[in-house]
Amino acid sequence: MSEAAGISVELKDVVKRYGAFTAVHNTNLDIEDGSFLTLLGPSGCGKTTTLRMIAGLTSITEGDVLIKGRRVNDLPIHKRNLGIVFQNYALFPHKSVFDNVAFGLKYRNVAKADAAKRVKDALELVQLPQMADRMPSQLSGGQQQRIALARAIVIQPDVLLLDEPLSALDANLREDMRIELKKIQHTLGVTTVFVTHDQSEALAMSDKIVVMSAGHVEQVGTPEEVYNSPASEFVAGFLGNSNILDATVSDAAEGRAKLDVDGLGTILADTGGRALSKGGKVKVSIRAEKLYLDADGEDDSSSFSADVGTVDYQGQVARYFLTVGDRQLQAINPIDDHPIAEGKTVAVKIRARDCVVLPA
Amino acid sequence: MFSGWSFIRLGTILVYVFMFAPVSVVVLLSFNSSQFGSFPMEGLSFRWFVALWDNAAIVRAFQTSMMLGALTAVISTTLGVLASLAMVRYTFPGKTAISTALIAPILVPEVVLAVALLLFLGAMGVPKSFPLLLAGHVIFTLPFVVLVVQARLVSVKREYEEAAMSLGAGPIETFFQITLPLILPAVLAGGLFAFTISFDDITGTLFWKPGGVETVPTQIFAMLRNSISPEINALGTVMIVVTVALPLLGAAAARRLSRKQ
Repeated sequence: MSEAAGISVELKDVVKRYGAFTAVHNTNLDIEDGSFLTLLGPSGCGKTTTLRMIAGLTSITEGDVLIKGRRVNDLPIHKRNLGIVFQNYALFPHKSVFDNVAFGLKYRNVAKADAAKRVKDALELVQLPQMADRMPSQLSGGQQQRIALARAIVIQPDVLLLDEPLSALDANLREDMRIELKKIQHTLGVTTVFVTHDQSEALAMSDKIVVMSAGHVEQVGTPEEVYNSPASEFVAGFLGNSNILDATVSDAAEGRAKLDVDGLGTILADTGGRALSKGGKVKVSIRAEKLYLDADGEDDSSSFSADVGTVDYQGQVARYFLTVGDRQLQAINPIDDHPIAEGKTVAVKIRARDCVVLPA
Repeated sequence: MFSGWSFIRLGTILVYVFMFAPVSVVVLLSFNSSQFGSFPMEGLSFRWFVALWDNAAIVRAFQTSMMLGALTAVISTTLGVLASLAMVRYTFPGKTAISTALIAPILVPEVVLAVALLLFLGAMGVPKSFPLLLAGHVIFTLPFVVLVVQARLVSVKREYEEAAMSLGAGPIETFFQITLPLILPAVLAGGLFAFTISFDDITGTLFWKPGGVETVPTQIFAMLRNSISPEINALGTVMIVVTVALPLLGAAAARRLSRKQ
């Protein structure tokens, strides 16, 4: 029945406890066929535990995991038909690249000639067809990771599980691999679950992001949804640089609200469908790149003035640390000729649609 | 003129002389053509080695020792690998106690262990036999295998096994395809340890061996009680070759194996 709905992996009320410690709280998740889903969060948030429960490497305390509509709680890992890529590649050091990639085919009754062809195709897909006879120790980190990917996809898994596969690579390589991984996933159309703590990886690669914190799912949504409309203070703070301010609702009507922010005065915010009551306490999140600084501007009704503190020059943009009264704010603005100098007073403009109202 | 270093150097040389001079005397005298197993040497000869070969008791003792050593090595290594897997890969109640019990035979004086096993089996009404002797040797070689294999297993990342299983290999296939090849150098080293310790052992063997069965060390011991025959020097030399050359060969093989990875 789940097959018909196009769901590859389903978590139903899944809980993982270690003794008195709950690593993953009651979690429900549907992963659609062929989609790329990312579990994103800081270390210790339960994302890897969740992945390992899907893989069958960690037992489930409560709830059910379904793969292709079939309950797999008690199905051992070697019968789940999954491809897993580990952070440290985990290529078998005593087997050649060919034997590594062919390993899974041995257990799938694939004829020898057919297996050789599939290994060759997989190596071509990861652009390392000439490496078949090498030993893993003769490959660079990036090459090892490609071979690990080839080994995982050659068995045509129902689900591809990636456990921080890029974090052991250096920055340049990581960006290349990111694009390539996404391309390969798209070509194969294999349902993929990706675990990372790196928000830029998550935003760039995912169809859907699951933001996790302390064993709870904070938000599930497309990259745009979680970035632009964070559902909680944690999500707003974890993705990008946000200013999160305490505010009191002074007036609310028709999707717009007037908020009193201590030290800043009144700002206008879109409520995003949230019902607000006058006098209620809320938090408002504004992305650093949505604070528009104007060095020559007049302080008008929709803006306030701030003093520029430290300037973090980053080439195309600069990150400004601002002081308004005793409040610290961050702004990221494109640079026009020169960044705004330290010590200058600027006018800060905020648009109502960039203010995300969160529960206090 | 005498710096601290030259004292240390001199001390080191003296220690080595102290350790190896008696051994080299045995080896040297085994080639002596004289009737008497002592200096001065009269000429070079292999006659005592030939005499060894002709001495049926010694040949039988040698066969017994080889058989005992080989069986001890195989059984100890098998048990040791299984025990190490349990200790390193799983958690279960009483793990620390079992781990201590496994290593304990190294710490308990061998005489005590020997008497204890004898008394225990006596109380059970089991007579002395070759299997009992073998069991004794397994008990006190097992800790060496466990220590060596455990150390290696700790350094083999769990992910290799997890990767193999995710690709469809069951637990037994994973062990033979992945785990065993990766710990093979330690398994070989452990087996060689077990063999040489068993081959050398005299204390436990004296207590456990059934009547009429002699190993090389107990045979030498018996021969020494009658007279110091030059044959003993030759036998000593053969033992040195077996117990030194074999581990060296094994170490070389293990190094080659791990380099291939």
